[in-house]
Amino acid sequence: MHKKATYLIPYLLWIGLFVIAPMALIVYQSFFNITGHFTLGNYEQYLTNGVYLKMTFNSILYALIITLSTLLISYPTALLLNRLKNKQLWLLLIILPTWINLLLKTYAFIGLFSQNGSVNDFLRFVGLGSHQILFTDASFIFVAAYIEIPFMILPIFNSLAELKPSMINASRDLGANSWQTFRRVILPLTMPGVKAGFQAIFIPSLSLFMITRLIGGNRVITLGTAIEEHFLVTQNWGMGSTIGVILILAMFVVMYLTRDRKVKGGRIR
Amino acid sequence: MADNVIEFKKVNKSFDETRVLNEIDFEIEAGKFYTLLGPSGCGKTTILRLIAGFADVTSGDILFEGQRVNGLPANERQVNTVFQDYALFPHLNVFENVAFGLEIRKLKKNEIKIKVDEALKLVHLSGYGRREIAELSGGQQQRVAIARAIVNEPKVLLLDEPLSALDHKLRKEMQGELRDLQRRLGITFIFVTHDQEEALAMSDQIFVMNAGKILQSGSPVDIYDEPINHFVADFIGESNIIPGKMRQDYIVNFDGQDFECVDAGMKPNEPVEVVIRPEDLDIAPIDTGQVNVTVDTQLFRGVDYQITAHDAMNNEWKINSIHPTKIGQTVALAFDPEDIHIMRYGETEDDFDARLETYD
Repeated sequence: MHKKATYLIPYLLWIGLFVIAPMALIVYQSFFNITGHFTLGNYEQYLTNGVYLKMTFNSILYALIITLSTLLISYPTALLLNRLKNKQLWLLLIILPTWINLLLKTYAFIGLFSQNGSVNDFLRFVGLGSHQILFTDASFIFVAAYIEIPFMILPIFNSLAELKPSMINASRDLGANSWQTFRRVILPLTMPGVKAGFQAIFIPSLSLFMITRLIGGNRVITLGTAIEEHFLVTQNWGMGSTIGVILILAMFVVMYLTRDRKVKGGRIR
Repeated sequence: MADNVIEFKKVNKSFDETRVLNEIDFEIEAGKFYTLLGPSGCGKTTILRLIAGFADVTSGDILFEGQRVNGLPANERQVNTVFQDYALFPHLNVFENVAFGLEIRKLKKNEIKIKVDEALKLVHLSGYGRREIAELSGGQQQRVAIARAIVNEPKVLLLDEPLSALDHKLRKEMQGELRDLQRRLGITFIFVTHDQEEALAMSDQIFVMNAGKILQSGSPVDIYDEPINHFVADFIGESNIIPGKMRQDYIVNFDGQDFECVDAGMKPNEPVEVVIRPEDLDIAPIDTGQVNVTVDTQLFRGVDYQITAHDAMNNEWKINSIHPTKIGQTVALAFDPEDIHIMRYGETEDDFDARLETYD
């Protein structure tokens, strides 16, 4: 027992210093106003000021759109990947872009989407004229989805790979066609992968701020942008922390909603 | 011919370059218990997959009730499978698993309930409907898998080594239950196993397979008493196989002596193999039997002693005896002409059957 405790020390230090302490500081900070007096005003302001509520609503809406679009692209991709011969190689190609710095990828899209970028060059070439692509909601969602897709494909791919082929044979054997097999067997058995992907994308998407700024042109103000503004521009750390607390609570809510309701068939997740 | 549920005509199956089934021809009659018996990799499971529709033939035809079914998807075939790993759906409980096929067929709720309850009763799992699959023991999961298949009232039930994961006692029990279930339902069962004891105990008809071919088909008694070649004799039960020579009809020479036997139809002095089952050998005092042997080893197995011995020509003999001997002792082995079975080298099943016809 004693030995086990020693092994735990690095982890406990890490979690104490970098997870628990910052969270405690954020909660503490959220009870002080800009002049340094203890107050519940930040929360009151958050709940009564339409700007913050709209921002929260927007964050959730955009995070949902981003997550659902990645899901729509990733599930069929993962299904297809699983049927390919060299699936590990193809999977590697999909994971590869995640190794490139996020900021670099975002800047690449500025180049692609700008007035003189490749996309507009192409549009002009086919005679469609140039368009404002950068700084639109669509480009924001597109780039965010592009960046998050590997994190959705990976867990879905893994749960599909774990699915025993005899499950699919059994379903066919019992008279189910391909679609019925997908709906009644494959989809429910790969839900853990979908949920893991949902968590991995929805929560970070709530607090995106770099892509909203660089690609979305700050037209979409999410909670992440608001926190950044309060800490760096308005210096209202109290209000920034309050929004931080709200985000942390939102994460717990999402985790709770996407938990595994029933542990069945030994598939403990 | 109308009674044949399934027929294979010159079926070949290859995976890439490897040929797993070689010119398979057989007929399956309705309402019988069939067993495909052979060592791993002999192609027996491939035959099952071809019947179920999980794989397609490379060449040849599969007929189901006289209709060619090559390429027909699995969900449109009137067969159901009990899988080796059971393949129960972990996200559904026992009732939902058994009801799966009926729900696909869009039966009414109350009808489904009646049929599922009935099927669970047949496999002695009444009242288990609400259990989760993970809560069940291996034997119970096995029963659910059987219930899930038979509830659809298939014409043919395919069983892919379903008992191999169970312990010895439970396996014996399930053998009896499966046999009983088959008789009561009157469904054709096609059972795949590598366990010869299981095959002999359960089947009406056995197909012995090796290396993608059916070597011999027949009732358990036929196959045990008259194996067609060395492989079958060795695979089914224990046997003493001794090289010999056919002097003339009903006289065989081995071990330097002529023996009377009940086989005929070979060329004079044709080299043959002689099979004598260990349990057909009786131990007698020296010089009172047909062959004298010296005992090498003796194992007590509960029901009998398993003895190995060698004769003057250094042929090894396996003997199952209820009386013990002593290691190093020389005893005589006594056997009757009916205990001797003669096998020709390279004889096909058709030739074998034709030869038996000539003198039976």
